[in-house]
Amino acid sequence: MTNIIEARGLVKHYGEVKALDGLDVSVPEGTILGLLGPNGAGKTTAVSILTTLTSADAGSATVAGADVFSSPGEVRKRIGLSGQYAAVDEHLTGFENLDMIGRLYRLGKVTSRQRARELLDRFDLADAADRPVKTYSGGMRRRLDLAGALVAETPVLFLDEPTSGLDPRSRIELWAIIGELVARGTTLLLTTQYLEEADRLADDILVIDHGKAIAHGTANRLKDMVGGERIEVTVGDHDLSNARSVMSTFSLGEMQVDERNRHLVVPVSGGAAALTQALRSLDGAGVEVRDVMLRRPTLDDVFLTLTGHAAEEEESVEELV
Amino acid sequence: MSRIAAALGDGAVIAKRNLIKIKRVPDILIFVLISPIMFVLLFAYVFGGSIDIPGGSYREFLIAGIFAQTVVFGATFTGVGLADDMQKGIINRFRSLPMSRAAVVVGRTASDVVYNVLSLIIMALSGLVVGWRIHNGFASALAAFGLLLLFAYAISWIMAFVGLIVPSVEVINNAGFMVIFPLTFVANTFVPSQNLPTPLRVFAEWNPVSAVTQAAREGFGNLPVGTPEPTGWALESPVLYTLIWTLVIIAIFAPLSVRRYRTMAHRR
Ligand SMILES: Nc1ncnc2c1ncn2[C@@H]1O[C@H](COP(=O)(O)OP(=O)(O)OP(=O)(O)O)[C@@H](O)[C@H]1O
Ligand SMILES: [Mg+2]
Repeated sequence: MTNIIEARGLVKHYGEVKALDGLDVSVPEGTILGLLGPNGAGKTTAVSILTTLTSADAGSATVAGADVFSSPGEVRKRIGLSGQYAAVDEHLTGFENLDMIGRLYRLGKVTSRQRARELLDRFDLADAADRPVKTYSGGMRRRLDLAGALVAETPVLFLDEPTSGLDPRSRIELWAIIGELVARGTTLLLTTQYLEEADRLADDILVIDHGKAIAHGTANRLKDMVGGERIEVTVGDHDLSNARSVMSTFSLGEMQVDERNRHLVVPVSGGAAALTQALRSLDGAGVEVRDVMLRRPTLDDVFLTLTGHAAEEEESVEELV
Repeated sequence: MSRIAAALGDGAVIAKRNLIKIKRVPDILIFVLISPIMFVLLFAYVFGGSIDIPGGSYREFLIAGIFAQTVVFGATFTGVGLADDMQKGIINRFRSLPMSRAAVVVGRTASDVVYNVLSLIIMALSGLVVGWRIHNGFASALAAFGLLLLFAYAISWIMAFVGLIVPSVEVINNAGFMVIFPLTFVANTFVPSQNLPTPLRVFAEWNPVSAVTQAAREGFGNLPVGTPEPTGWALESPVLYTLIWTLVIIAIFAPLSVRRYRTMAHRR
């Protein structure tokens, strides 16, 4: 498989700040790369460089066969971008915004108009299509901006935090649209703060921090990196010491014990069988089990372990899935 | 597509977008149109009585000066518009599109011609009301309007460059006024340049604003016999002198502005 996006050793300074510190990115054709990292990690900087908006201090990059630094014009023809902040014209209507983008991609008058209407429908903006964007809500602007990235049906798309500011329904709708795009062979690089989203959408995840890649792989591989399964159990009021001695026989490593909440996190192997065994033993020892689960590490755990700080998740995505 | 054709084609798309904004925010337009009326009335009635033009009437003399001043002032809009564009989110969209890198500036200077056409129409109408007349026929008057617009278009390119250098919209207004006030006042716009003290007179005689004003007065036939003849080559061949300035300004500032836009677009 050829890499549609390929960058080597990207370095970018903003004064004293080293926003990118030798970043490599490669995205095979027709796949989705999720760029993950805490605030200030350099995600937007990487996107800006790959989309020709910002120069790099060092490194090389090609997108869809064109060199980002020596033929930016060619790159622009082959990419669609929706940046972190909506780039729409307040005074134009939604339709006029998309129509203008189509004209500037040189799609011609008829195609531009048709495409604009299609996308307004697709992004649930048909009712607001002929109102100035000034009157749009934040999520509507965001959707219009995303539609802008899709106008020319380019082979490569860059979406910087595409679902920030979207309500649950719009978010799921966008995931569906992204699914369709990839089915058609579009290559996608998206950044996100929502680990659930990276887990669900991305074929490959690149975790970056301080401008450097700190991990790369599928969601499953990353989860394996931070460890295996765990049993989490909460026990009754006077059962903690009992539970502790029972569980220590199952534990593969160090148990985490939260005394106040009588909660134990026990690294195990063997999945459901281990859980059944543990429950039997706990029961046999007369321990009252209030809550129990078998957990694989989530991307949150990966994130925490790798970056040493929690992801800035603004709201829970749990209820969506 | 050649680069020039691309710049013009994409420039037209941008110009259309700028014009839509005029439609959506008519307050700007009202301001653009009312201030020339105010100027015509102010000068006609406040100074009209106390300034004497040998051989003619001050109001007839005045109007071309106000035309010139207003269209030159109108050029600051170009700078304001661009400075504003550069601060808005939409500029990021433009930068990521495969459009001509000159289009944003080309489109802006083009759409500002529309402002100037509108303000010329309004001023001409108010001029007619206070007693200004065209004496040399319609064709030569039209040519005079054309020259005013062309000159204003050139100044637009200067202000475009300024608009791309300044950090904010507020600065451009002040910067614009600081340059344009002396340029439009130390000229033959409101008083014959002969009446000025020598250093100012020399400046006024070679000031292109004087030349375009002089050319417009000739075109409208607002220089009856007996009006003092201007001295100096510039004012003796005002059309040629204006055209030379226009070309020189565009030849310098168009590439400068486009280059400035490119580097700015790349820096953020
Ligand atoms: N234009 C700029 N001028 C100065 N510093 C900048 C600029 N853009 C980014 N930086 C700095 O570069 C670093 C990386 O920023 P970047 O915007 O790429 O992070 P990010 O991963 O997109 O963060 P977020 O999740 O908050 O969007 C930060 O330390 C930031 O302060
Ligand atoms: Mg960012």
